[in-house]
Amino acid sequence: MTLLWRRLANHLATALAAAAVLVAVIPLASLFWLVLSNGVAGLSLQFFTSRPLPVGEQGGGVGNAIVGTLYMVGIACVFGLPIGVGAGVYLAERGDTRVGRVVRFTSEVMSGIPSIVVGIVAYGLIVVPMRRFSALAGGVALALLMVPTLARTTEELVRLVPHALREASLALGVAQWKTSLRIILRTALGGIVTAILLSVARAAGETAPLLFTALNNQYWNFRPDQPTASLTVQIFNYAISPYEDWHRKAWSAALVLLILVGLLDLLARFLARSRLSRKR
Amino acid sequence: MTPSAKLSVSGLNVWFGSSHVLHDVSLDIAPLSVTAIIGPSGCGKSTFLRCLNRMHEVDPSARMSGRIQLDGRDVYRGDVDPVQLRRRVGMVFQRPNPFPTMSVFDNVAAGLRLNRIRGNYAETVEACLRRAALWDEVKDRLQESALGLSGGQQQRLCIARALAVEPEVVLMDEPASALDPIATTKIEELVHELKERYTIVIVTHNMQQAARVSDQTAFFYMGNLVEVGTTEQIFTNPKEQRTEDYVTGKFG
Repeated sequence: MTLLWRRLANHLATALAAAAVLVAVIPLASLFWLVLSNGVAGLSLQFFTSRPLPVGEQGGGVGNAIVGTLYMVGIACVFGLPIGVGAGVYLAERGDTRVGRVVRFTSEVMSGIPSIVVGIVAYGLIVVPMRRFSALAGGVALALLMVPTLARTTEELVRLVPHALREASLALGVAQWKTSLRIILRTALGGIVTAILLSVARAAGETAPLLFTALNNQYWNFRPDQPTASLTVQIFNYAISPYEDWHRKAWSAALVLLILVGLLDLLARFLARSRLSRKR
Repeated sequence: MTPSAKLSVSGLNVWFGSSHVLHDVSLDIAPLSVTAIIGPSGCGKSTFLRCLNRMHEVDPSARMSGRIQLDGRDVYRGDVDPVQLRRRVGMVFQRPNPFPTMSVFDNVAAGLRLNRIRGNYAETVEACLRRAALWDEVKDRLQESALGLSGGQQQRLCIARALAVEPEVVLMDEPASALDPIATTKIEELVHELKERYTIVIVTHNMQQAARVSDQTAFFYMGNLVEVGTTEQIFTNPKEQRTEDYVTGKFG
């Protein structure tokens, strides 16, 4: 009797777990399917290489938005990587000092700030004094989003580096700061590169912080002080428009964004895996 | 202090936080000799060793009083840079700790590169690997990762790495305790050879090892230096009862 009950309970639990997995996978799968089925028809070489055209004209693409997204993510990296990684190393080395506690608290608070608020901050800091929307403002907004997560993952990765390596370096008469940079950071670098790629992928998918910092641009722009197109804002504009053609373009642009982010994720996973297998 | 001493320690006290781990230790170490530090676990051997090149300062709770002189100069004076001191007083640790991201060659050259010391790296690396009795085993795999070496080879690599910055004193903190007997024998033979060029202080809790490799032996117990003398005297004719009990294996 008890044996039968146990078997029954076992099967029941397995079935429930399987059902839970299914429920979790369905939205993901349907999201991919929806974007793919709606977006794939609009993809063409022209879609990747040309800029958007006015309503009614055939063709056009999101080439300028792809470049704009990469451009602003690049600006975000210029500001965000040194600060985020630097703060992470500092927290790992001096995290229990008074300054360290302040830095950690700040980064924890920052990581909880909604991205639209970050956009407003960048608006106040850069757009208002410059009196124009710009790629610079968009990049800074994205950097503000990257810094706290980057700082925290870097801290954890640096803490994983064995203490023995630090001692080995110090015992060779290498200065503390040089030990941190050349030995500790170097040893943790593989993991940090993975963390950077993931945070870049996240930044590339942000819309809210770009809405009133970089705004948008129908033309090609490579100047940091000019409004700049991004995939996410372009998708937003296409999607809220009343035109059928623009809706199709929104789907296609969403597919492009999904592919871009997916590639970054894959690259990060590949790097993480090859790093692990090298250690074995 | 004996005028000829390479290292002279007098009245050394060390605290970590509120615990007093070394009590009033005084000890002279002659140049080009091997001094063994023996004693049961937790008796302050490693702390004593770390004070000699100020490595204990890595722990922010550490405090010390007393005097340590290298060639007659106080190493704790305000104008002595611990970073510079550690180039003269090198250290080898209990567990082999080669830099995992570097090749065999780069590990040995690391001290030179990171300190921006110029010179013929290939020559120095070969000389140091030869002195560490490792050259013949690794000469064909200098560019491979240091993690591919066996534990004993890694430890000799760490010795070669320490030698590359041309220290005068080499501190060894139980350098063979993580190794098998054959690798241990190699390290001991090596200590014997290194004595011709370097002053060596070696912490060990293997008494046979102390008896085999050292000229002078110091016995520490509960943070006190109980007795120091020639190795022969400590092992055959100790003055203190506790020393005799320890070296004959009655406790420890």
